[in-house]
Amino acid sequence: MQISVNFQAIAYLASAILFIFALKGLTHPASARRGNLYGMVGMVIAVAATLLGAEVTSYGFIIAGVAAGAVIGSVLAARIQMTAMPQLVAALHSFVGLAAVLVAIGTFLNYAAKGALNGVLMGELSAGIVIGGITFTGSVIAFGKLQGLISGKPVKFAGQHLLNALLGLGTLGLAVYFAMTGSFAAMILMTLLSFVLGVTLIIPIGGADMPVIISMLNSYSGWAAAATGFTLGNQLLIIVGALVGFSGAILSFIMCKAMNRSIFNVVFGGFGSEAGGEASGGAQTAQKGVKSASVEDAVYWMEDAGKVIIVPGYGMAVAQAQHALKELMEQLEARGVEVRFAIHPVAGRMPGHMNVLLAEADIPYEQVLEMDEINPEFPSADVALVVGANDVVNPAAKEDPTSPIYGMPILDAGKARQVYFLKRSMRPGYSGVDNLLFYQDNTSLVFGDAKATIEGMVNALKGRGH
Amino acid sequence: MSETLVAFYVFVLACFIGYYVIWGVTPSLHTPLVALTNAISGIVVVGALLVTGLEGVGTAAEILGFFAVLLASINVFGGFLVTHRMLSMFKKKGK
Repeated sequence: MQISVNFQAIAYLASAILFIFALKGLTHPASARRGNLYGMVGMVIAVAATLLGAEVTSYGFIIAGVAAGAVIGSVLAARIQMTAMPQLVAALHSFVGLAAVLVAIGTFLNYAAKGALNGVLMGELSAGIVIGGITFTGSVIAFGKLQGLISGKPVKFAGQHLLNALLGLGTLGLAVYFAMTGSFAAMILMTLLSFVLGVTLIIPIGGADMPVIISMLNSYSGWAAAATGFTLGNQLLIIVGALVGFSGAILSFIMCKAMNRSIFNVVFGGFGSEAGGEASGGAQTAQKGVKSASVEDAVYWMEDAGKVIIVPGYGMAVAQAQHALKELMEQLEARGVEVRFAIHPVAGRMPGHMNVLLAEADIPYEQVLEMDEINPEFPSADVALVVGANDVVNPAAKEDPTSPIYGMPILDAGKARQVYFLKRSMRPGYSGVDNLLFYQDNTSLVFGDAKATIEGMVNALKGRGH
Repeated sequence: MSETLVAFYVFVLACFIGYYVIWGVTPSLHTPLVALTNAISGIVVVGALLVTGLEGVGTAAEILGFFAVLLASINVFGGFLVTHRMLSMFKKKGK
């Protein structure tokens, strides 16, 4: 069976509409699963319409590739731990990037064989290769940082910006030369340079800026798909690429806003590099003395509370404490305590990371609130329990104009009657800024591993009965 | 209007759709959003199919195409399935 070009175009349109509905589904958790289903149907239609079109005539390599990809993808999706979601996402971004590069080079070879190369096409190929190449190696570096294979610290060296500028100009020059001459060597060199550029652009960015980087690479992977669409004259790829590109761009914007930083500031650094100097200042103020509390003290306050707001951060993910938190929530609710979770937009290593971990622990999503929704509730809360978060509750962001995090919107945990901070040590947060909340009169620190501490709370509550 | 210009029209209009649709996504589903966009950016598989399946394609292009199909398929299957897995976890109270 073979379908006409026009029928194929209609099928692609249907597929594009389904993808739009898929994204639209994510407006609310209740409609999200149906949205994902629309996406799958859209993909099936797109692939079927392509395979049945006149352009595809040999199927051997295609079947092998799809089959192998299906097995690898399914196994990855089924096995991945929710805490490792940022790594999986980074890995998938790198695949899209590399696939775009391979498609561009393959297209060049096919067109060269037909003698159908032209300047416009090669310009578009260059865009596909460069965006895809940067997405590929940039995502590999992001993966390495998230997985702990390479240091999550910002890697800085002298002349970094100059090097990036030279690499960028070199890549651009090769792209122009390639578009004008169709030189195979120029194309390969351009590919290699864009690979290098992906590394040098991402390696200076610190681990805690990962929410922005993941979003940004998400965006790049979309633009790479759109560029591929331009080379192949395929409107479906262009539409989907634009949707994904914008999705990533908007997420990057939201993440930057939540840190009160510009995208320029994140990408070109300046934050992580100051951290070293600030940390020593933090160590001095730590002498000011903080109150520490035992698990029993905290339990005593929480069991009679009217409302407890829990503020999870990346530390909760590291300690895998979400299931223990669910038990704590149940114990408290059995005593008539209202329990809420407060999520800062940049908590964790990717946008929405905390929400997924809490959902994994079967915590109902109605009880998990965003910053703007929960902030008015802190003054009426009896206890704020901070689990593995730090900078996102630091009042310095509001009170100290000299602080590097000044201006960043924060969760007003300090306004609760009593604040309990679960901490491993007095180490400051990733920004290296000392947390003023530690020294507030209503704050006590509970030292220890977050998961063990919360389990201790649960056991203490169980021991007391009702 | 040239073919490239038509493509550009489509691109710009799709950007507007993306802008409005994505702002509607609830922040609690931002991780599934990234995973889902991952899956649908696997749409480059269409490009990979066109490169690989072309009549009289050379061996080099066929091999490049095979790897592109493989990588894009990992995205499609991995992306949709992991999104499904995550979304299944989001529950209302009392279920």
